[in-house]
Amino acid sequence: MFKKRHVLSMRDFSREEIDSVLDLASDLEPYAHGKKSNMLSGKILALLFFEPSTRTRMSFETAMKRLGGGVINLGPAEGSSISKGESLADTVRVIGGYADALVIRHPKEGSARLASEFSPVPVLNAGDGAGHHPTQTLLDLYTINKESHLEDLSIALVGDLKYGRTVHSLAYALSLYGADITLVSPPTLRMPDQIKSDLSSKNTKVRETCDLSEVIRNVDVLYMTRIQRERFPDPVEYKKVARSYRITPEYLEGVRDNLIIMHPLPRVDEISPSVDSTKHAMYFKQTFYGVTVRMALLKMLMGDESYEVAELTPKTG
Amino acid sequence: MTEVELRVKPIKNGTVIDHIAGGQALNVLKILGISGTTDATVSVVMNVESSKLGKKDIVKVEDRELKEEEVNRIALIAPDATINIIRDFLVIEKHLVDLPDLIIGVVRCQNPSCISNTEEPIESRMLVKTKNPVVLRCVYCEQPITDRIADYLI
Ligand SMILES: [Zn+2]
Repeated sequence: MFKKRHVLSMRDFSREEIDSVLDLASDLEPYAHGKKSNMLSGKILALLFFEPSTRTRMSFETAMKRLGGGVINLGPAEGSSISKGESLADTVRVIGGYADALVIRHPKEGSARLASEFSPVPVLNAGDGAGHHPTQTLLDLYTINKESHLEDLSIALVGDLKYGRTVHSLAYALSLYGADITLVSPPTLRMPDQIKSDLSSKNTKVRETCDLSEVIRNVDVLYMTRIQRERFPDPVEYKKVARSYRITPEYLEGVRDNLIIMHPLPRVDEISPSVDSTKHAMYFKQTFYGVTVRMALLKMLMGDESYEVAELTPKTG
Repeated sequence: MTEVELRVKPIKNGTVIDHIAGGQALNVLKILGISGTTDATVSVVMNVESSKLGKKDIVKVEDRELKEEEVNRIALIAPDATINIIRDFLVIEKHLVDLPDLIIGVVRCQNPSCISNTEEPIESRMLVKTKNPVVLRCVYCEQPITDRIADYLI
């Protein structure tokens, strides 16, 4: 069962712990659809977003409210106390005194880990710079488990595999399940060796290619990511690359019948809108599942039977 | 061979750190927290011929027996170093350095976007992933550190 105090990085999760999150999320899905619940009534979740990410913030807020809990937000005024030079450690100690858990998004890598060392209450990482975004990974895994399968999975991760942090932590998590992973990216946006070496040490099959057409017919899941224009100094080169990783209904001819297409959204040109109506499109459902998975995490961290009270003794720095 | 060095310039009591990779002696002192203001008599011998290392450095700290845990951190930059504790001109204890699993406050994270490189009230913390070659992982940003460790000593 899940004994964590915080949700900071996928590296902290065993396969069993991931499974327990996915199981609970599945049980909670009716509540994400609107079934009434007061599982977290009387609890308060603080959302500390030091950089904007409206989508993620609203997803957490929805998850908390669906379970009957309340939400407080770090507004622009508090943002300015940060710019006056208050440390994150102090902010977290103060807000941690108001709430039962903190969600933090911060531009600096490792800031969620730091917050967890000072917070008197559980911390959930909602993205720290180019670092981690574990709730995104868990919702990706939930989607795969629900709409495809995690055992014997064949998946292609496509697009920006160098800077895209969601694919790094997804690849890491999939390696816990022994997935067969094909990395599809332009040569300049390959997955860093360090991330890859972390994967192969877990008996996962990893292949690399630049050619999507070579693999698209042999996978269960196509995980698309956005290739950002600013990664390419040459606009002509960008256009060429963007075009070669664009999914259209025609491009999907001959794919596996049960192929699902995922994307962390927002998309730009990677997936043509005409794909949306095909049975393969799973990206909107994927974002909905984000609420479900976040509900499961919130319940695990704040629900009454979730943790030993003794474990929650505040640490001092 | 160590005995030869010791005979050349023996100390009565204290610690001799031998087999430091050539050129790293001053960094060793830095890791040990021995600066110019220390009371101890410290001698540094640099670039001695060594069959094992090519060139090696030796550091001798008089009248101070360095504790194992403070010395072990030098394995970051001198993984082959040996520690000799001297009493009355005799080596009474000799051992290799062994890097601990967690190193606190010694090496700065090389990732400029890491929260540990800001004004937060924390010390750097590095997990030791492998000891030889030394690979560290920042506890905060999880970025690995594989080289130029000496350039990032705090
Ligand atoms: Zn770091």
